Amino acid sequence: MSTEARSTPGTADSDARHDVQLTVNGVPRGACVPARRLLSDFLRHDLRLTGTHVGCEHGVCGACTVLLDGAPVRSCLLLAVTVSGHEVTTVEGLGGPDDMHPVQQAFQECHGLQCGFCTPGFLTTAAAYLEENPDPTEDEAREAISGNLCRCTGYQNIVASVLRAAAITRDRQATFGHDTPGVSRPKVAGRPDEGGTTAGAGAGA
Amino acid sequence: MTTRLFGEPVLRVEDVKLVTGRGHYLDDLGHDALAAAFVRSPHAHARVLDIDVTGALDVDGLVAIYTYEDLVASGGAVADRLPLLIPHPALHAPRTGYPLARDEVNHVGEPVVMVVARDRYVAEDAAERIMVTYDFLPPVVGVAAARAADRCVHEDVPDNVAAHLKQEVGDVDAAMAAAPHTLELDLSIERSASMPMEGKGVLARWDAAEGSMRVYSSTQTSTSVRAAVAARLGLPLSKVHCIAPMVGGGFGVKIMHPWPEEVLVPWAARELDREVKWVEDRREHFVSSAHERGQLQTVQVGFDDEGRLLALDVRFWHDNGAYTPYGIIVPIITSTQLLGPYKPGAYRVEFWSLYTNTVIVTPYRGAGRPQACFAMERTMDAIAESLGIDRAEVRARNFITPAEMPYDHQLTFQDGRPLIYDSGDFPASLDKLKKLVGWEQTLAEVEAARAEGRRIGVGLACYVEGTGVGPYEGAHVVVESSGKVKVATGLTTQGQGHFTVFAQIAADELGVPLADVEVVTGDTRRFGYAVGTFASRAAVMSGNAVALASRKVRAKALRIAGDALEADPGDLEIVDGVVRVKGSPAASIPLATVAVLSNPLRYAFDEASKAATQFAVGDTSGPPVREDDEPGLEGTDYYSPVGATFANGMHAVVVETDPETAEIKVLRYCVVHDCGPLINPMIVEGQVHGGVAQGVGGALYERMEYDENGQLLNASFMDFLMPYASEIPHIEIDHLETRSPLNPLGIKGAGEAGVIPSAAVFASAIEDAEGFVITAMPISPSELFELRRRHVAGDIPSLRRAGSQRAGPDEVVAQDVVEAQTNQEKPT
Repeated sequence: MSTEARSTPGTADSDARHDVQLTVNGVPRGACVPARRLLSDFLRHDLRLTGTHVGCEHGVCGACTVLLDGAPVRSCLLLAVTVSGHEVTTVEGLGGPDDMHPVQQAFQECHGLQCGFCTPGFLTTAAAYLEENPDPTEDEAREAISGNLCRCTGYQNIVASVLRAAAITRDRQATFGHDTPGVSRPKVAGRPDEGGTTAGAGAGA
Repeated sequence: MTTRLFGEPVLRVEDVKLVTGRGHYLDDLGHDALAAAFVRSPHAHARVLDIDVTGALDVDGLVAIYTYEDLVASGGAVADRLPLLIPHPALHAPRTGYPLARDEVNHVGEPVVMVVARDRYVAEDAAERIMVTYDFLPPVVGVAAARAADRCVHEDVPDNVAAHLKQEVGDVDAAMAAAPHTLELDLSIERSASMPMEGKGVLARWDAAEGSMRVYSSTQTSTSVRAAVAARLGLPLSKVHCIAPMVGGGFGVKIMHPWPEEVLVPWAARELDREVKWVEDRREHFVSSAHERGQLQTVQVGFDDEGRLLALDVRFWHDNGAYTPYGIIVPIITSTQLLGPYKPGAYRVEFWSLYTNTVIVTPYRGAGRPQACFAMERTMDAIAESLGIDRAEVRARNFITPAEMPYDHQLTFQDGRPLIYDSGDFPASLDKLKKLVGWEQTLAEVEAARAEGRRIGVGLACYVEGTGVGPYEGAHVVVESSGKVKVATGLTTQGQGHFTVFAQIAADELGVPLADVEVVTGDTRRFGYAVGTFASRAAVMSGNAVALASRKVRAKALRIAGDALEADPGDLEIVDGVVRVKGSPAASIPLATVAVLSNPLRYAFDEASKAATQFAVGDTSGPPVREDDEPGLEGTDYYSPVGATFANGMHAVVVETDPETAEIKVLRYCVVHDCGPLINPMIVEGQVHGGVAQGVGGALYERMEYDENGQLLNASFMDFLMPYASEIPHIEIDHLETRSPLNPLGIKGAGEAGVIPSAAVFASAIEDAEGFVITAMPISPSELFELRRRHVAGDIPSLRRAGSQRAGPDEVVAQDVVEAQTNQEKPT
């Protein structure tokens, strides 16, 4: 637990609960939590979205990265009460097994993960980055993910995954057109999703 | 025949759930569990005089506070010292800690009080209100202090020596005296740690009605955690199960067990009859898990005019931290794997394993080998330097040749068995590496760059790694009546792709599509006999066990299908899950139907199962299940090797150091790796990438910064510098695939390889770039800067090969390398 995030223990302040209402992965969600509840704990334990992982609790490793109104943030450094009314996208919101986001598909194709613990943070970071820069060079891709720690892969395949995700995105746009909001993706592998869904509330915005 | 999957870069089957946030790691389970937190010692060495919990009692949501006295009061073995996992005759003074400190603490982070509360926030609120009174004792920090023994860690071990072991082959003194050349090296290597992205964690569910315990642990050995929990809690083994869920990396630290928390959390769950969970935070991981690597080494080597080893005399002092629960496996590995691919002539190795008031030392990826490789490869470079011979050539002259395999070093390895190399072609590996690097051309380019004033160096390091140590692993393979294949093996997974590679093996052996195979690891409910995942052993041990169990199932399937098809089993094949007569594929029966027929039924539970019911089965001449048979299309088998199988590798690195800032930049990193036939090259290369990255971290960035009081000053990711993508070079890889004769698949382990030669190869390259000898790793820019200053001041002489081509202010008269090495101070 991050000591910085705490109020004085055992006092009335820490017992006071606050209603937090926000949009998570496009769905309105809420819970009544103490002011000191970290966003990471709120997502994982109050909303039970355990795809977001916590690796260091001091904002260094990036495993807990989620998108807040489309921008990557470290959810272990934010209090849940401070994001009430905002939109959060977690790894679960990027895509599911049947409609994987390009970064998710790319990480599998390029062996961009091993234990998978840091992966959600890389995926959210990369998804947001590719919105900004859809055609990065290898150096740019490396730079884009160099704020996240991975202890398994040596990063080589993660860099390759980011580049591959860019290519998948281009392929999908070429196949399904440019008029879809955000990144369109097939619902089932190989079959087009004609409506085109956004890459999560934040990433697609 | 179906396309063979062995050897194919099959995409990982586990990835879809992991990239969509559906992997279930320890802290993703047990949302309603009570949370545990620990009061840990803030002092490195102290007596516990008093524990006052009164301040914590009014914290709303507090459930329980436990001290050592409570463990004693509960009776049974829970208050006992934690087990000595691997006893050894040379470990003459083993010491292990208590789950909660009894009356003394021996490192910062040792658990003293356990708090259980509604959630972790509340548990920590209570923990910080508990007052512990300590009486300070003088701490022992660092190998040099432990060796000096002015003060001791354990009162009854005044010299701080936990273990002393010596092995000698040949007459070293005579061979050294007769050697035309001798050199001495004083070397040191610092502590680092596994540092998986997910820390440890334990979740325990006590079922009071059943009297049974289910423990989830982020462990590398669920079977042994299960056994330890059963023993400590006085439960029958059959009433305890342990499951390793998805585990967020291990790298060795999670093979250590039972951690205090693995005993205490289940115990508290039973005491409270509530689900209890503890999830380690990052600081806890730094100060209460395990570290590795720290050693001081001296090497004396005798060699001939060609640089061939005649005698090698190694002594080293190994920092084992406060306790020795994992025995002396790490220094034993250092002492034996030091020999690498070389014939040492006469060899003597002697080590002392020393207590310090720091976190315990247990295997971290490489497990003593990085230190071993550092000692041997520094020696090789020193020989090359002193004789003016190419560094690759000196190594080649000392290689064990393929014709000499199997090669018996006449030493005892870490598994208690003879150190016999089973396979490898070291000359071929070196040739491949030189080709990959473009050795001659690269050396020439480096010379040219130096002439322009750049500081560029090339490093080379070779290693041999004993992998796939026993005692055994097993596997259970069953074809369900759906035709789906379920594979279970007892060892655990921390990201190595076991769910895919074991499925590849089973699919090949059984002739079924990969998608029909599902693998489970590390769940004692599914497979109860296992050792664990360590020592690059999973693919070798469980891979072969899966192959053997699958072959049993295949043989049974062919026999049953032979009866059904009225064909000789020898004429049958299995293709895409269908058993058919070779050359006559119309005569066939799906494996699913064979599975149905394998289990004679009275009751049909679905349409397919009607085929196995008593009025459907024709033959009434014998019992439905024959005397030598069992129902079900399933098989269990074990693989137990006579000894380890030896993988090897050679790495080269090109570095450039900044003339002003001493920053060390990696220009190229090349790896040749021989782990036998690759089951999945994509996964093997991923293992190598990850190992190299940890090696780069260990060589250039990571160390445990203890101060003289035993406080770990950099116990956070802000301060302990693990490399990001910006620090890791592109890695070029080539493979050699020499089969192991020891196992059916001919494979050797790959998990640790990448990290082993890093300290050695970077020392070699930086030395080459700077023109003076490097004897201590890791090395930071500020340390290199300081070495340069001393070099310029004449405290560290230049290498002989640092000739006229080198620019810079440091053109010191070349002196004998011996002096360089003996003059350079040892860091403490």
